[in-house]
Amino acid sequence: MSEWKDICKLTDLAANTGVCALHNGEQVAIFLDGKEQKVHAISNFDPIGKANVLSRGIIGDIKGRLVVASPLYKQHFCLETGECLEEPENSVKAYQVRVEGDVVQLQA
Amino acid sequence: MSKQKIIVVGNGMVGHKFIENMIEHPDYDQYEVVTFSEEPRLAYDRVQLSYYFAGKTVDELMLTSPDYYDENGVRFIVSDKVVNIDHANKKVVTESGREESYDKLILATGSYPFVPPIPGKDQEHCLVYRTIEDLEGMTASAKVSKVGVVVGGGLLGLEAANALKNLGLETHVVEFAPRLMAVQLDEGGGQLLRSKIEELGVSVHTEKNTTEIVAGETCRYRMNFADGSHIETDMILFSAGIRPQDELARQFDIEIGPRGGIVIDNYCQTSAKDVYAIGECALWDGKIFGLVAPGYNMAKVAVSHITGGGLAFEGADMSTKLKLLGVDVASIGDAQARTPGCLSYTYADGHAGVYKRLVVSADNKKVIGAVLVGDVEAYGNLLQMMLGDIEIPGSPEALILPSIDGAAPALGVDALPDSAQICSCHDVTKGDIFEAVKGGCTDLAGIKSCTKAVTGCGGCAAMTTQVMNAALTEMGVEVDDSLCEHFSYTRQEIFDIIRVKGIKSFDELLESYGQGRGCEICKPAIGSMLATHWNEYVLDDKHIGLQDTNDVFLANMQRDGTYSVVPRIAGGEITPEQLIVLGEVGRDFGLYTKITGGQRIDFFGAQLHELPPIWERLVEAGFETGHAYGKSLRTVKSCVGSTWCRYGMLDSVSMAVNLEMRYKGLRSPHKLKMAVSGCTRECAEAQGKDVGVIATDKGWNLYLCGNGGMKPRHADLFAQDLDDETLLKYIDRFLMFYCRTADKLQRTSVWMDNLEGGLEYLHEVIVEDKLGICEELEADMQRVIDTYECEWKKTLNSPERLKRFAHFINSDLTDDNLAYVEMRGQAKGRIATDEERQKQAKGVEIETVELV
Ligand SMILES: Cc1cc2nc3c(=O)[nH]c(=O)nc-3n(C[C@H](O)[C@H](O)[C@H](O)COP(=O)(O)OP(=O)(O)OC[C@H]3O[C@@H](n4cnc5c(N)ncnc54)[C@H](O)[C@@H]3O)c2cc1C
Repeated sequence: MSEWKDICKLTDLAANTGVCALHNGEQVAIFLDGKEQKVHAISNFDPIGKANVLSRGIIGDIKGRLVVASPLYKQHFCLETGECLEEPENSVKAYQVRVEGDVVQLQA
Repeated sequence: MSKQKIIVVGNGMVGHKFIENMIEHPDYDQYEVVTFSEEPRLAYDRVQLSYYFAGKTVDELMLTSPDYYDENGVRFIVSDKVVNIDHANKKVVTESGREESYDKLILATGSYPFVPPIPGKDQEHCLVYRTIEDLEGMTASAKVSKVGVVVGGGLLGLEAANALKNLGLETHVVEFAPRLMAVQLDEGGGQLLRSKIEELGVSVHTEKNTTEIVAGETCRYRMNFADGSHIETDMILFSAGIRPQDELARQFDIEIGPRGGIVIDNYCQTSAKDVYAIGECALWDGKIFGLVAPGYNMAKVAVSHITGGGLAFEGADMSTKLKLLGVDVASIGDAQARTPGCLSYTYADGHAGVYKRLVVSADNKKVIGAVLVGDVEAYGNLLQMMLGDIEIPGSPEALILPSIDGAAPALGVDALPDSAQICSCHDVTKGDIFEAVKGGCTDLAGIKSCTKAVTGCGGCAAMTTQVMNAALTEMGVEVDDSLCEHFSYTRQEIFDIIRVKGIKSFDELLESYGQGRGCEICKPAIGSMLATHWNEYVLDDKHIGLQDTNDVFLANMQRDGTYSVVPRIAGGEITPEQLIVLGEVGRDFGLYTKITGGQRIDFFGAQLHELPPIWERLVEAGFETGHAYGKSLRTVKSCVGSTWCRYGMLDSVSMAVNLEMRYKGLRSPHKLKMAVSGCTRECAEAQGKDVGVIATDKGWNLYLCGNGGMKPRHADLFAQDLDDETLLKYIDRFLMFYCRTADKLQRTSVWMDNLEGGLEYLHEVIVEDKLGICEELEADMQRVIDTYECEWKKTLNSPERLKRFAHFINSDLTDDNLAYVEMRGQAKGRIATDEERQKQAKGVEIETVELV
C-alpha cells in the first residue's frame, strides 16, 4: 500500500481554480473541478513558458478532456494525464491525489 | 535594353494613381518615372479636402510620400510647373528652366475652378476651393469675416458652404439655376434639399445672376444681382464649376475640344504621338469627368496601353451618393428623366423629409435613373440594377416605397454579375471581393485592407458586406462566430442574454445556454461581460475561476511567473508625498521600477506573497488599484493644459482625472485607453487612443476608436465643440455600446472597422439615438460608476482571499526558479534568454510586457 501525505484543506481550494503545493521537493499544481467536485494534480512547471505557473491557469474542457490552460502562452495540459494537447513532447507529470475527509492528499 | 522614360505632368490624384499602377506593374523595372507638381507637395486626397475643417491634417490627407517614391525609384519635382512641350525633341521644360526628355508623356494636370467674369471678382476675400493653400486662405479669411457667400449651389458649392458654416460664418449659397444641384437632382429633390439645408441655417438664393461685387455697407462687400436685389458679405467663395487645365495642350499643338479639354481616344492617347492625357484635364467622347473614379480608370488604361495591355476606357457612370451639410443625397443615371419615353415614379414624405424618384425604361422593366434625398438606402440596389441592366423583379414602385411590413424588397447580390462594380472609388468588383474572401479575408476589416473597398467615400459599406457574406455562404463557410465550443452564441448575443435574463453567474449561463465546463476563452469573456453589467467583485467564489491569472491576483504576470504592480495615478497627476511613498515601496521590496507610457509607475518582480504587503502600503498612502491587469480602462493620459501651459485652451488635467475616476474599473471586451489634450498641439496624443478628447476654443472635440500598438489607427473625429456634460454623455453611451456589441478581445479600432455603417452609424446611435437605447446605455454606465470598489482594498480586508497569495499552499518557501541580475543600478533585472526571444518573435502574445 502506498503512503499518502496531507497537503491542505479542501476548503483551501476554490472551485475551478488551482493551488501549488511543495511535495517531495517538487512543485505540484492541484485543481478542484467544481462540476464533479474532484481534485486533480499535475506538475506546476510549464515546460513551454519555463516557469512555475500552471496552478494559476484557467481550467475547463476541450473536446471532452479536462484541461488547464497555461497562463503564459495558453497551451492546454490534461489534468488527468499531464499531456500537453498542442505539443505532446512537452507533456508534464501527473500525480495521484485524493480527498480524505476534508484533507487533500498527494501520494508520497 | 535601356529603360523607357515616362514623365507625368501633375501629381494630383490621378497622376499619382498612374504612378502607383506603374510601380505595381510586373514590368516596372523596364521603366523610369519622373513627375512634376506645380503644387508644393505630392498628391493628396482632394475628395476628402473638406475634412481639413473637421480636424484632418495635411499629413493625413497625403496619398503618397517622398519615401514611397524614393523606394520605388520615382523622381519627383514639386513647386515647379511644366511650361513647354517640345514634341520634336521629346522633352519638357519647366518654369525654373529644368529640361527633361521623355519617351512617353502623361498629362494629368487636372482642372481649375471657374470664376465667372464678374467685375470685382479679384479682390482680397474672393476665393476658390481646390487646394490645401485655398483651405488655408479660407481659414485666414474666416478669422476676419462674419458672413460668407458661396457662389454655386452644386455638389462642391454645398460642400464649401458646409466648410464656411464650420468656420463659424453666417453662410449663404447663391445659385444661378432655379434649384440646387441642378446637374444631379430633379425639381422635387432640389426643393427638399433646399428646405433641409435652410433648416440648418444656411440661406439659399436661387435664380441669382451676380452682376458686380462692390464695397458693402454692413459688410466688406456687396454683391449686386441682375434682378435688382443684393446681398452683403465679408467673403466670397466661387464654386461655379471647373474647367480642364489644358493650357499646355492649347499652346503646344495638341487637340482640344471646342469648349476645352484635351481630346483623348479610348486608350487615353492625345493627338500628339506618345502623349497621353488622364483625369480631369482629359476630354473623352465630348465629356469631362469631374469625379475621381473615372480618372483612376483612365490611369489604369494608360498604364495598360504603355505596357502593351489591351484595356480601353469606355466612359463612366456618374452616379453619386453623398452627405451634404448632413443631408443624404444620391443621384443615379438619368436622374432628370431625359430619356425619350421613360416613366417615373415619385415618393415624397414631407414629415420625414424624404424624396425619392425612380426613372425606368419605357417598357417599365429597367432602372435608368433615380434621385434620392433624405433616405439613400436604396442607392446600392438601384445602381447595381441600372449598371447590370437587370430586369426589375415585381413592380418598380416597390423599389422606392418604404416597406410597411419591414421586409425591404432588396435585390439579392446573387443576381449581380461578377463584373458588377461595388466600390467605384477603388474600382472593386463583386468578383474581387469574392476572390479576397477565398484568399482568407473573412471580415469587413480584412476586405477593406485587401481590396481597398469601402476606404474611399465609404458609400459601398453595406453592399460590400452583403457581397462578402454571399461569398462566405457560397464557399460553405458557415460564418461561425460562436464564442467557443461551449457556447454557440456570439459575444453580443451572450451579452443580451445576460442583460435580458438577468443572469449573474457563469454556471447559470452555462446550464441554460452552454455545454461542457467552459474554457480559457469563454470563461474570461463571460467573466468580463458579467462584470460590465453587474460589476460584482471579480474574486467572488462564483467568479474567481473565470478570471485570467492577472485578474485573480490583481497584478500582471510576467514571463518568470512574478507580477508587476501598477497603482492608479489618475491623469498622471501625483503629489510629491505620494511619489515618495512609491519610491519607498519600490526600494523596500527591491522591485524593478519603470515609468509607463500611460503616465504612471510600474513595479516589476513582485512574488505572489509580496503582493498583499505591497498593497497594504499603497492603499494606506491613498492609492487604488490601477487595473493594469484587467481588460478595462487603463489610463487617461493628459498634457498639463490651461492651468500651466501658455497654449492650453481648457483644463485637460482636470478632465483627464474626471474621466479616469468615472470609468475606472469598467470591465470591457479589451483594454481601453484615453487621453485629453488641452489644445490642438495634441501633446497627450489623444488621437491614438480609444477615446481622445482635445480642447478647442469652443469646447471639447471627441475622437473615437484610435489605437497605437502593432496596427496603429488614427481616431475618428466624432463630435466637436462639446460642453463637459455632453462629452461625458457621449462617452458613456459609446463605451457601453462598444461593451455590448464588440467581439471578445476586440479593440475599439477593429470594432469600428467592422461596424457596418461605420462612423456615421455610430453617430446615429449615440447622438441621434436611432436605436432608442441611449437612456439605457447611460443608466448601465451609471450603475458601474456607482458600484465601483477598489479591488485591492476589498481583497486586503478578506483573510480568506489573502490565503491565495502564497506560492505554496503548504509551505512558506518561495519559487526557486527566479534569477535576477543587477541592471543599470536596479536590483532586479532580467535578460531574456534566446529561447524567450524566439518565442516572442513567433508572435505569441505576451500580454504582460506592455507597460500601461
Ligand atoms: C472640394 C472638392 C471635393 C471633391 N469631392 C469629390 C467627391 O466626393 N468625389 C469625387 O469623385 N470627386 C470629388 N472631387 C473631384 C476630384 O478631386 C477630382 O476628380 C480629382 O482630384 C481629379 O484628379 P486629377 O489628378 O485629374 O486632378 P488634380 O487632383 O487637380 O491634380 C492635378 C495636379 O496637376 C498640377 N498641375 C497642373 N498643371 C501643371 C503643370 N503644367 N505642371 C505641373 N503640375 C501641374 C495641379 O497643380 C494639380 O496638383 C472633389 C474636388 C474638390 C476640389
